[in-house]
Amino acid sequence: MADPALSIRAVTAGYLRDLPILFDVDLVAEAGKITTIIGPNGAGKSTLIKAIAGLVPVTSGTVRHGGTDITGLRPDRMAAHGIAYVPQTDNIFRSLTIRENLDLALRRAGLRRDAIRARLLAQFPALQAKLGDKAGSLSGGQRQFLALANALATEPRTILMDEPSAGLSPRAAEEVLEMARGLTETGVTILLVEQNVTQALRLSDHCYILAEGRNQIDGKAADLLGDPVVAEIYLGGKRLRVGA
Amino acid sequence: MIGLLSYLVFFATVATILAIAVLGLNLQWGNTGLFNGGVAAFFGAGAYGTLILGGTPQAGHLGGFAMPYPLALLGGMAVAAALAWGVGRLTLKLRHDYLAIATFGVAVAFENVMRNAEWLSGGAKGLRGFERPLQEGIGSGLAYNALYLAFVASLLLLTYLFLERLVSSPFGRLLRAIREDEEAARSLGKNPAKVRLTAFVTGSVIMGMAGGLYATFYAFVSPQDVLPILTFQIWAMLIVGGAGNNRGAILGAFLMWGAWTASGWALSRHAPVEAQIYAGSIQYVLIGSVIVGMLLWRPQGLFPERLVVSQSGGATRPAPAK
Repeated sequence: MADPALSIRAVTAGYLRDLPILFDVDLVAEAGKITTIIGPNGAGKSTLIKAIAGLVPVTSGTVRHGGTDITGLRPDRMAAHGIAYVPQTDNIFRSLTIRENLDLALRRAGLRRDAIRARLLAQFPALQAKLGDKAGSLSGGQRQFLALANALATEPRTILMDEPSAGLSPRAAEEVLEMARGLTETGVTILLVEQNVTQALRLSDHCYILAEGRNQIDGKAADLLGDPVVAEIYLGGKRLRVGA
Repeated sequence: MIGLLSYLVFFATVATILAIAVLGLNLQWGNTGLFNGGVAAFFGAGAYGTLILGGTPQAGHLGGFAMPYPLALLGGMAVAAALAWGVGRLTLKLRHDYLAIATFGVAVAFENVMRNAEWLSGGAKGLRGFERPLQEGIGSGLAYNALYLAFVASLLLLTYLFLERLVSSPFGRLLRAIREDEEAARSLGKNPAKVRLTAFVTGSVIMGMAGGLYATFYAFVSPQDVLPILTFQIWAMLIVGGAGNNRGAILGAFLMWGAWTASGWALSRHAPVEAQIYAGSIQYVLIGSVIVGMLLWRPQGLFPERLVVSQSGGATRPAPAK
């Protein structure tokens, strides 16, 4: 088994110190794989990804990335550690053009800026044609592509994506998730929070199910997809029992 | 005729100086989204700093260091920078409304300190003993004032060009990005706190320069020059002109200063004698009404923000609004 890219051990976290949302959560994301976190509304999925990204205080436990302890690291320092976070909404700068969005992310790339931009535009051809347009004019799917391209401009080893398919048409959602799948072929690790369970499990390697801020089940995505309990809970729309 | 010309030069000089302060506020609010409710404090820091450093020695209060004028003005700007750095470190983590209240409190405290700390500022009597640069050779008449107008106008032009370049530079792009969404900027490795502090200090230095120029023009400054109404006047100028647009900020300064002086003149000439004692208050109501009216009916100002497209690390160009 490859070394884990991201390892979360017994993390307790919440927006307020005395009001934790996550309780002793464990998670391991293998390098070059997609690991997905699913769970009912209020399970703490987005809180977990934000706690890893440094946006929610971790009160106990550790977050390690490639062997380095990054627990509580400031969010703006995550990029230097090879971590990119793509928020669920407001993940692009609408009043800036697409080129400006990319250049903002490429500011520290120095002499390699042009080469990286060219590579990203080859990867996301839909953006190439709209380079001078304001990002606010893009469709939902194109915005997610731009958000992903912005994240990739920082040359991350791990990308944290918070519900990238939220609000997208099924076709656009599939395109975005397929793009995420493609990125792992270049060695990038992806940790994904998704509501679109079936699609996410099809594309993922490993999956964690959270409920009420705690680990419930985890396993290979293919196994969970065929699991009748998971199917009943998530594909039948019933709520997971705590401690199940 | 000479009287009218003298008045026009006086009017244009004060309007030009205020326009510089409005440009400083535009960098903070228009470009970065920082609600500075304490403009008077940074303006005042520049004014007091310049006169303390450049004035002749006076008994009873600090200063009279008789420094050469350019150094005194730069020193006044440095005082404004130091105040802004301290205030910014403490308050910039606050969001719009709380930042406005906190900075307004700083301005009220500044005025009170200047009014009461006689050893520092001369107290309510203000700072005297400053001689305007080159006045000995040129005299204090219209020629001097016209020359001083040219000086402040050239500083306004330089400030405008500097800010236009800044806004269309990669740093300006970062300011707009942070104004729009701090979390997204942070996720790309940007440090919004540092960028906001840089913009806050830079804007305050520009306000401090305006304060230094204002105090130089009158060769005097007192707590009456840093009352909260100054903050509201500067804000009204920016709101009328158009936040985010440097040309709008300048034109707003001239328009609102014109409205302010014209209303004062009209009230003194035409209002009943018993109402004239309230003339100052009526002007305050006028400023408040203009701010509320603009926010209700034309919140983008007379000259809305233009889309500025920055280029990657090289030349920049403004683009027409879409």
